[in-house]
Amino acid sequence: MASREVVETRVLGVARVVWLAFVLVACVLPLFYMLLLSVRPLQAVLSDPLGVPSFGELNLEAYRRVVASPDDGGYGLLSFFGNSLIVALGSVVLTVLLSVLGAYAATRLRFPGKNAVNVSFFAVYMFPGIVMAIPLFVLFSRLGLRGELPALIIIYLASTVPVSVYMLRNYFRSIPKGLEDAAMVDGCNRAQVITRIVLPLAMPSIAATSLYVFMIAWNEYLFALLFLLESRDNWTVSLGLAQLDDISVSATVLMAGSVLLTLPVVALFFAAERLLVEGLTAGAEKG
Amino acid sequence: MASGPLARRGRVRRGRPGHPGRPGPSLRARESRAGLVLVSPTVLIVLLVVVLPFLWTIVMSFQRLRLIDLQNVFDITLTLRNFETVLGSADLWEMVRTTLIYSIGGTVLSVGAGLATALALRQRFPGRFLIRAFVLVPYVIPVVSAALVWRTLLNPQFGPVNVFGVEVLGWDQPIGFLSERFHRLELFGVGFDAPVALLTVIVFEAWKTFPLAFLFILARLQGMPRDLEEAARVDGATPLQRFRYVVAPQLSGVIALLVLLRFIWTFQNFNDVYLLTRGAAGTEVVAVQVYTYLVSRNDVGGAAALGLLMSVVLITAFAVYYRYGVLKQEAEV
Repeated sequence: MASREVVETRVLGVARVVWLAFVLVACVLPLFYMLLLSVRPLQAVLSDPLGVPSFGELNLEAYRRVVASPDDGGYGLLSFFGNSLIVALGSVVLTVLLSVLGAYAATRLRFPGKNAVNVSFFAVYMFPGIVMAIPLFVLFSRLGLRGELPALIIIYLASTVPVSVYMLRNYFRSIPKGLEDAAMVDGCNRAQVITRIVLPLAMPSIAATSLYVFMIAWNEYLFALLFLLESRDNWTVSLGLAQLDDISVSATVLMAGSVLLTLPVVALFFAAERLLVEGLTAGAEKG
Repeated sequence: MASGPLARRGRVRRGRPGHPGRPGPSLRARESRAGLVLVSPTVLIVLLVVVLPFLWTIVMSFQRLRLIDLQNVFDITLTLRNFETVLGSADLWEMVRTTLIYSIGGTVLSVGAGLATALALRQRFPGRFLIRAFVLVPYVIPVVSAALVWRTLLNPQFGPVNVFGVEVLGWDQPIGFLSERFHRLELFGVGFDAPVALLTVIVFEAWKTFPLAFLFILARLQGMPRDLEEAARVDGATPLQRFRYVVAPQLSGVIALLVLLRFIWTFQNFNDVYLLTRGAAGTEVVAVQVYTYLVSRNDVGGAAALGLLMSVVLITAFAVYYRYGVLKQEAEV
């Protein structure tokens, strides 16, 4: 028995290291390759794809081309950053506002239909985006809203609020109810309880939720493709970059664009990684 | 969650004896009014953007509706033509098969890799948090960037994977990972046709989503008391036996939930497949087909009909899980 224990422990120990190394490479290598290719000249990449670039050949030409406006011989990606920011920040502000109210009600208050509301939120969480897109596509076409950024924000709102309510609710539960009762006894009304007691305490969770919503809205592609395709001025960075792929722009320029699209989310993520992880997994422990 | 139902029952009993003068009922009424007010904006948005559109999808799936003549939107002449078109199309079963292989393969790989990684990172060791952060990168980066980098890595001309394969591993020719429907493989003298493009999009899906499975399983692992395992170790259970009889049963709940969520999300996934292959080379999944109906064929009715059929599959999956209690906890809260 003891020998089996030893053998298993050893084999599993080796397997563990091998697997972790494989996973790390698989996760980091694409990102690294993206960075690497974006600073190499296309000719060098084509003639020596596996080569490690010398310092002499490194340049930022691909970045210049992908951000510069078409008049300067570029692809105009820079002008789409504003749109992505409007959409992402708009979605964050509105989603957090609505989900704080919703999550508070779902945690603390009793009202008719509460269970139905909670269950339907969970169902929405899993609703197929492409199916939701069909009627909205028709509706926005009819209303002339296709190509407008607010239309996109409304859709992201609907698809992120259920998860956000879920994330916040898990946190609100951990705030002692006695604290709120005491404030009520001291003469606070409901709104004051939320703004003075709950919000300050829930700040970490609100930050995690904001980060999550920002990620979703910044990374989204399908709805941007469906709703914005015809109005080029309103393209988000994701859409603009995918469109460059369609017109067979060179790989180095595409990688430069990918780096620019990825950088903001990855930077935010590393700045607040722990918060996000705790927010997302708050419900996992109960299994 | 544990205190919720109990506390509620207790208070209802106190507040309902029917003395209108007592503060209990009026407080209760005020509370439920406040609750409704606070929830209503969210409910309204979800109603307007999800529920009503879905009901409208049902109506549209019975209409002859093309994108060019949207005046007919309110013409309620119902027909089964869309379902005939969709169900009668020659490649329907091919599409269903592809979608099922894609979703089941993607789900199994994603949850499996998540489980393996969580188990490997269970023990504390220096650098663990750094590894955890890096492992989450595929989940965080935008799908457009991820797809572009994969397309470049797998490019048949200058993609490092193919160059490495040909120059170092001695492949006869580069593999069109995203453009070949089948690639002849010889393994131990036996040749078979591997559906290369489909396998590639499955691996991409698993790569992009295993971090979330990993996070959930790791959180569950860390919330698990260790004494049972210790006891099993003292009784002479080997590591594999401890996993099989002590750890695995405790993980079954979170794994079942992950399998459901991943299946549902992979089944409806449009972005990954569309960005990688445009749905060509044997990767024609149902979500991409809905898009094709809607945008390329201008057939709103057909898209709605196919979308509805797709939703039926998902609702069935959800209902089966719900029936067997996996989501009971989830849904009650």
